[in-house]
Amino acid sequence: MSAPLVRFEGVTRRFGAEAAVDDVSLEIAEGEFFALLGPSGCGKTTLMRLLAGFEAPDAGRILLAGEDLAGVPPHRRPVHMMFQAYALFPHLSVARNVAFGLKAQGRARAEIDARVEEMLALVKLEGLGGRKPDQLSGGQKQRVALARALAPAPKLLLLDEPMAALDRKLREETQLELRTLQRQLGLTFLIVTHDQDEAMVTADRLAVMRTGRIVQVGPPAEVYERPIDRFVAGFLGEVNLFEGPDGCTGVRPERMALSRAEPKAAGRLPGKVAEAGYLGDRTVYVIEAAGRTLRAAQPSGGDAFRVGDAVWVSWPATAVMRLAE
Amino acid sequence: MRRGPSPFLVAMVAAGLVFLYAPIALLILYSFNASQLVTVWGGTSLRWYAALAHDEQMLDAVSVSLRVGLISASLATGLGLLAAVALVRGGRFRGRTAFSGMVYAPLVMPEVILGLALLLLFVSLKLPRGFWTVTAGHATVTLCYATVVIQARLAGFDRSLEEAAQDLGLSPARAFLAVTLPNIAPAVAAAWMLAFTLSLDDLVIASFTSGPGATTLPMRLYSQVRLGVNPEINAVSTLLIGVVAAGVVAAFLIQQGKTKT
Repeated sequence: MSAPLVRFEGVTRRFGAEAAVDDVSLEIAEGEFFALLGPSGCGKTTLMRLLAGFEAPDAGRILLAGEDLAGVPPHRRPVHMMFQAYALFPHLSVARNVAFGLKAQGRARAEIDARVEEMLALVKLEGLGGRKPDQLSGGQKQRVALARALAPAPKLLLLDEPMAALDRKLREETQLELRTLQRQLGLTFLIVTHDQDEAMVTADRLAVMRTGRIVQVGPPAEVYERPIDRFVAGFLGEVNLFEGPDGCTGVRPERMALSRAEPKAAGRLPGKVAEAGYLGDRTVYVIEAAGRTLRAAQPSGGDAFRVGDAVWVSWPATAVMRLAE
Repeated sequence: MRRGPSPFLVAMVAAGLVFLYAPIALLILYSFNASQLVTVWGGTSLRWYAALAHDEQMLDAVSVSLRVGLISASLATGLGLLAAVALVRGGRFRGRTAFSGMVYAPLVMPEVILGLALLLLFVSLKLPRGFWTVTAGHATVTLCYATVVIQARLAGFDRSLEEAAQDLGLSPARAFLAVTLPNIAPAVAAAWMLAFTLSLDDLVIASFTSGPGATTLPMRLYSQVRLGVNPEINAVSTLLIGVVAAGVVAAFLIQQGKTKT
């Protein structure tokens, strides 16, 4: 991992008595795609606004490429933001929206025109430079917002819930495109989202936030497979929880196996299929077993069970995650 | 199938329109009356418009009113914009409630009292009353109307647009000029039109604050009517209605154009 581009050192931001961001320390490496993930009100947007300069920390420091950002106003920070509702300038054409940051930097006309063309090509909006924002579809607006934020070549791009306004199919496509784009450009991206799929698909590393604090940081697979507590386990996907004498453990539904004969696995329970939901690539079963309700996801193509069938639920020892409260 | 509007509704609308516009229609009609007597129809003629073109006093009053209106409306709009920005963007600054109350007070204050207060102020400051005191008076009174109109638009304006402009490298002041102002321009134009119309129309404030050589059109009309109604007054009033109507239609078309693109 190269030198950190962004460093939060014990950053706190209070609104009244409540700390929206509470003593957060975090490092984001150069060229990394980093996601801040958490439910609404967890402070992730405030953390991003602190970096953009729209909020000032009450305590702690924020460093960008080794320099303290305290007192640097938003317009002097080499950080650009893609706003949640895009915030496109309605009175300007698409091309002039994209050119906005370049003009503010006082670049030459010819350079601006060339860069705008390049950016529109990058987001596949060639030929739409003359349109006004309200003549665009939701997906197109999102691309213009992206092109506008990327045009002045920021050191760091902030994306505030960039796909919240897109429909599901478009969102899935766009997530992968964004990932590809970031890899091509080699820029550092920081995305804020409440959607765990979005964070996991796009990010190299993610931080799960709760009530102003960072609960866990790591690559998506690590955080998903080894969550440190119940909150993280439940926020990133589904989990079957078991309360034992030596603490709480969890097993992901896709690690649960179903069989008609008693298996030899480390963990097993006899039960009954209470509900079955077919999702195409997999089927999700709700199993009543030993007085508890378990979820098991089975890939399609295997043995199919019906509601009422008697089954064994089992899981290997490696699937058991130890969870703090 | 859609049913047409009920006869009752049609009658109510017609009655309302007649109530509002019959006097104005009558005034316009009689401005083309050839007869010397205001209430007797003597055939169509443009003679009163011709007479108006030679009435130096009346033309002078028109010129004073237009100049007062242009300057006071511009002042009121500029100050109203600043007041609106302070009220909408200033957050909860100390004295905000008092400030907003004081900006809006002239909306409900009787004009006579305002006029008298302004007169007392100008007298105690030993300011010679005339063109500039009327202009200042009108700017004061129309300022609150301009503030209300601009504030409403500014409050509905998405703040993140301004933040986006700052994020892309503009200082807060430049971001306001480059992004916010163009987007609230229709409200600013409407505020100016409103202030201008109010100024053009005002008799009370002008009567209190004016001095020799600065007689506005409403003052001139009022003093002439007291000496007896002259058909020429109908002619000048018709022209005034024309100007105001053109302004209103222009403002409407500007707004329409904005929403279509």
